[in-house]
Amino acid sequence: MRQSPEYDAIVVGSGAGGGIAAFILATSGLRVLLLEAGRHYDPLRETPMFQLPKDAPLRGAGGSDKPFGFYDATVDGGWQVPGEPYSVADGSEFMWWRSRMLGGRTNHWGRISLRMGEYDFKPRSRDGLGFDWPMSYDDLAPYYDKTELLIGVYGSNEGLENTPNSSPGVLQPPPKPRGYELLTRKACRRMGIPVIPAHLAIMTQTQDPERLPGDLFPDNELARRVTADSMRGRAACYWATPCGRGCSIRANFQSTTVLLPPALATGNLDIRTDAMVREVTVDAQGRATGVHYIDRTTLLDEFAGARVVVLAASACESARILLNSTSGLFPDGLANSSGLVGRYLMDTVGAGVYSHIPALQALPPHNEDGSSAMHMYMPWWLYGEQLAGRLDFPRGYHIEFGGGRRMPGFGAFGGLEPLTGGTYGQQFKDDCRRYYGSFLFFDGRGEMIPNEDCYCEIDPDKVDRYGIPVLKFHWKWADHELNQALHMQRTFAEIVDEMGGQLLSTVASSGADAISKGGQIIHEVGGAMMGDNPRTSVLNQYCQSWDVPNLFVTDGAPFVSNADKNPTLSIMAIAWRASDYIVEQLGQRSIG
Amino acid sequence: MSEERGRRGKALGTDPGPGPAPESAPAPREPDGTITRRGALKVIAAGAALGATVPGCSPGESGGGAAGADAAHTELSGFNPLPPSNPLAAGTPTDPDMLAPIVPWEMVLTDEEMHYVAALADVIIPADDRSPAASAVGVPDYVNEFVSAPAHTEQLTQLRGGLAWLNRTARDRFGAADFPALTTAQQHEICDEIRFEPDAADHLKPQARFFDAFRDMCSTGFWTTEEGMRDLGYMGNVPLPSFDGPPPEVLEQLGLAGEDLV
Ligand SMILES: Cc1cc2nc3c(=O)[nH]c(=O)nc-3n(C[C@H](O)[C@H](O)[C@H](O)COP(=O)(O)OP(=O)(O)OC[C@H]3O[C@@H](n4cnc5c(N)ncnc54)[C@H](O)[C@@H]3O)c2cc1C
Ligand code: SF4
Repeated sequence: MRQSPEYDAIVVGSGAGGGIAAFILATSGLRVLLLEAGRHYDPLRETPMFQLPKDAPLRGAGGSDKPFGFYDATVDGGWQVPGEPYSVADGSEFMWWRSRMLGGRTNHWGRISLRMGEYDFKPRSRDGLGFDWPMSYDDLAPYYDKTELLIGVYGSNEGLENTPNSSPGVLQPPPKPRGYELLTRKACRRMGIPVIPAHLAIMTQTQDPERLPGDLFPDNELARRVTADSMRGRAACYWATPCGRGCSIRANFQSTTVLLPPALATGNLDIRTDAMVREVTVDAQGRATGVHYIDRTTLLDEFAGARVVVLAASACESARILLNSTSGLFPDGLANSSGLVGRYLMDTVGAGVYSHIPALQALPPHNEDGSSAMHMYMPWWLYGEQLAGRLDFPRGYHIEFGGGRRMPGFGAFGGLEPLTGGTYGQQFKDDCRRYYGSFLFFDGRGEMIPNEDCYCEIDPDKVDRYGIPVLKFHWKWADHELNQALHMQRTFAEIVDEMGGQLLSTVASSGADAISKGGQIIHEVGGAMMGDNPRTSVLNQYCQSWDVPNLFVTDGAPFVSNADKNPTLSIMAIAWRASDYIVEQLGQRSIG
Repeated sequence: MSEERGRRGKALGTDPGPGPAPESAPAPREPDGTITRRGALKVIAAGAALGATVPGCSPGESGGGAAGADAAHTELSGFNPLPPSNPLAAGTPTDPDMLAPIVPWEMVLTDEEMHYVAALADVIIPADDRSPAASAVGVPDYVNEFVSAPAHTEQLTQLRGGLAWLNRTARDRFGAADFPALTTAQQHEICDEIRFEPDAADHLKPQARFFDAFRDMCSTGFWTTEEGMRDLGYMGNVPLPSFDGPPPEVLEQLGLAGEDLV
């Protein structure tokens, strides 16, 4: 006789995908256990909001311990996690960013929240490359609306090609543009490049706790109640303090400020931190029964059982858990009858330039902090050119740009010599004053096409400090990406030129010199792709394993393509849709 | 810095970018006991804090940072100020207490070396009618902190070599006791030979690189102080009820008067 497990569902990982799963399952009345490898983390008590660089070691500089700066909301993470190595195959370059804290990387992510468009779900049908998704934009659109409403996203509806509008009333008003954003827009207009309000998971106004919960959960009283309470406890952005440190007033999206508090308030959720999952267990019928995890504080192996297991440990880590879950029934790892677990890993194509724009020099002092993030960006605009065959790469990129009068930190006015000829003394002081605020960067974020050479597998020779076999990464950009990276840099050089500025970085002569390393843009997705055929995919469109029906993966692993749109909003929308499906299936007792 | 923080090299003028790391020893601290990380917690207890609409720390405590910001923070957000230190942080280099930061390594420069550092720092950033000299706002201490970091042994050697060259040149050329004893004009005469590596004589290239690195240290050290930020006209890090975009005089100067602000 099978004993009834303590929990309906175990969710592994508390970031974007796990946060949504825990929230939807718990508010739907299921008993949920959330297992998180990192430590407990409370943004309301821990976020260094107004702390100055001057008060931090080395003026807040990044280093190997805290690569994105001392105050970055990353705990025990970065390109390396202490005691948790990974391998990279000879000839490959891959960088894997992780953190070990409740809420995962949602505590410090960039909050850029762009929807994938209708083309992005059917890329193969359009240009014959990569794969089509087993769902369409219309399938996901309602979940994009719900996700944006719940978390709070500013932006505007511009009706541009493959850049979807949100439903009326969903987006919050975008902030006013900064001076340098308007100046860039003016130059780009002359070049035919659209510059429009960016979409960021930052609240420019408080949420209406009377209306929104009802719109989100018309049939669920519990969900309405905890969501309304949560919304009442969130302030609007007050236009100061960098979002990358986290937000103690809950104005931007973090799993720890937006999803986990209302999920806990249901009373249906238990969270166990310091719980490093290593394996999903199965019964004789091949159904998932629970997970084994290492308690990081005792180093003892523990077991937790549930009717359904949801992996959301981040794309590569979920692939790792599946590949490490070997058994007599599943000798090649769980959910891996297709042999595709770990395959078709993708990141975003990145390339950029720095520039000096004399028109921005010596402006009257004014406060440009704003939302600390982009107020404007450029969506991909050359669909027509591409269709006409005038570009030597197949997919698009958007442009992220910034600079201006930011708070001086480590590196302030370093490397000015090419402009100043090495001044010092009074002249140097005057130079810094004049140049302050006149530097802009432009970064392209482009679509990579999945390929056979980009994957992860278990390294048979190495284990981490918990004795768990680690991942080995393989990576190779194709010409699609290399050509795109070159196009980015050349385009940015033209924009800078049009603005009357000068480049301070070089435009590479080859794509290989222009492009970021695999994983470096930290949009790694894929590794357990969804599809409509069990032989050619790992999951169905509800993130459900074809092989093990009570096993789901709701992070970036199910991604089939990686549009230029930063992935996290899509991860959450897809996770929400999958979670609704889990609730429905458990209700019908067709799984678990 | 990129919008998605920090995925790039040194950003001119602003924000901390990826830089060298202090491979420092952890600075252990006692957990405060209210929420301990020990034990596989069911964070139900912690849920009280997580789920609360307002953080449960006593009002009036300062989280450090910009003066006056805390009051505006509370007024605009309805949230209390942050506590003065973080009981959840492990206090290790990868999980430091960001509310009460400490520099966990020993300072290595001697009093004499600090004397030379201060003199050169003030040559690079002298006082004027807008802000004080580098040495008046702690820049020499920052230089000491930087070159004392365990990962910066090469920078320490470079600094010492550069200071020794300055003193030697001061004696050889002007018969002075050391570099600080020179007149400003004499100091400038020496610095002009190493101010810009491409212009420096071949045998002085290493000194020019030292000067460049030293100027970078002074620049970071100086412009990150309150005095430096005020001098630049940095007006942020203050909570505001609204963000109104650039004021008219800025739009005017940018040639954007009348530009659509939406
Ligand atoms: C600096 C930075 C900026 C970014 N900016 C953007 C942006 O602007 N827009 C955007 O869309 N995306 C951005 N991203 C990417 C974004 O952070 C990720 O896409 C998103 O967090 C992925 O969500 P996830 O749930 O898959 O994983 P995560 O958020 O990483 O959460 C996974 C969680 O699982 C835990 N875990 C891992 N392994 C185990 C295990 N074995 N057992 C138990 N728990 C485990 C981890 O500790 C972690 O807490 C950025 C990332 C970084 C680092
Ligand atoms: S900019 Fe706004 S949303 Fe971001 S951390 Fe500061 S207050 Fe919060």
